Amino acid sequence: MEAGEAKSKKAGGSRLCCICNQRRPVLKRPKTLQQICRECFYEVFEEEIHQVIVGNRLFKSGERVAIGASGGKDSTVLAYVLSELNRRHNYGLDLFLLSIDEGITGYRDDSLETVKRNEVQYGLPLQIVSYKDLYGWTMDEIVKMIGLKNNCTFCGVFRRQALDRGAALLKVDKLVTGHNADDIAETVLLNILRGDIARLSRCTSITTGEDGPIPRCKPFKYTYEKEIVMYAYFKKLDYFSTECIYSPNAYRGFAREFIKDLERLRPRAILDIIKSGEDFRIATTTKMPEQGTCERCGYISSQVRPLSLSHQVML
Amino acid sequence: MCLFSCCSMIDLRRIMCRGGLELLCDSEKIHKVNVDLPNGAESDDFTMKHLLSWVRTNLIKERPEMFMKGDTVRPGVLVLVNDCDWELSGQLDTRIEEKDVIVFISTLHGG
Repeated sequence: MEAGEAKSKKAGGSRLCCICNQRRPVLKRPKTLQQICRECFYEVFEEEIHQVIVGNRLFKSGERVAIGASGGKDSTVLAYVLSELNRRHNYGLDLFLLSIDEGITGYRDDSLETVKRNEVQYGLPLQIVSYKDLYGWTMDEIVKMIGLKNNCTFCGVFRRQALDRGAALLKVDKLVTGHNADDIAETVLLNILRGDIARLSRCTSITTGEDGPIPRCKPFKYTYEKEIVMYAYFKKLDYFSTECIYSPNAYRGFAREFIKDLERLRPRAILDIIKSGEDFRIATTTKMPEQGTCERCGYISSQVRPLSLSHQVML
Repeated sequence: MCLFSCCSMIDLRRIMCRGGLELLCDSEKIHKVNVDLPNGAESDDFTMKHLLSWVRTNLIKERPEMFMKGDTVRPGVLVLVNDCDWELSGQLDTRIEEKDVIVFISTLHGG
């Protein structure tokens, strides 16, 4: 039939899925450039994440694990897939959703509604921790105080601590976040651009903070953002998607733009940047900055003046 | 509503904007559109390249740089034609036909 043929020709239908050789491909994987159908996509996507979890020994049976859930694409897909793999492969994990309310009007209040829906959809108990309760300040109030520069620096530090607090409230053993391959490649670049050697040496670790209160890990470390979005689209997963109103001023935006342009030319670049980051070795003669602790509260602090950022704002 | 053979319009079933892109289109997620073909063009020649240009002119109400870069979509915007990655059908050269469903998804936001 002419029309049918024309449509399937357009959809690359003269070729079939690389994996099953039966069905029409719907996606070109950036990682491998393979053309695969929907069903095979679900399979390889889920299986690869399972292999990352098992290969890197991310969890132990019986652990209580909190999923850092913002209502965005990465954390929603993470909650869905981790739930599913936990069931399918009997990881034996007790899973929770942990959400941080930074107090950003028109952004966080909307995305929290999504997490509340996720709680019902995936059957995972939800804990919300707010900056207002923890620190007495919302991000909106902080920005009014410090202006529109370096907002992400403050917010990131606060969120890290808020996640630790939330995790302690839930009495979990581990935290997982939805950082994906694109994010980590961006971070590697960002740290190079800034000459931040200390962070560069830490940022590709799949598990961090093992010597601290709550270790955290990133099962999506090798998962491409494009595939996360396509998975969510085909599976019709519910997520919230708006840029934080304070983020256009962030330096990370430049690294992101660059990574996206690079991906277009050579999709494997993203994984290759991560590999470079993993294999960096710092010269033994280089003096590494020390990670100290806040004079006031004892929380970790990278700042030269040894007051953690949260205490700097309080002054 | 146009007919099939000698039409001067392409009637798409819908164009969908997801992932925050809808904010550039007056917050409308779904658009049902009839696209006028450029003068003298056959409906066979109508590709994504033409459609993108049309979308930029007619649907994007603000910040076009969030949607397009040069002739094509901004890196980080995914394009699906009838639920199929446009990288499989030649990206800008993908032929667009009657009743096609186009989806644009932005990935450029927090996760």
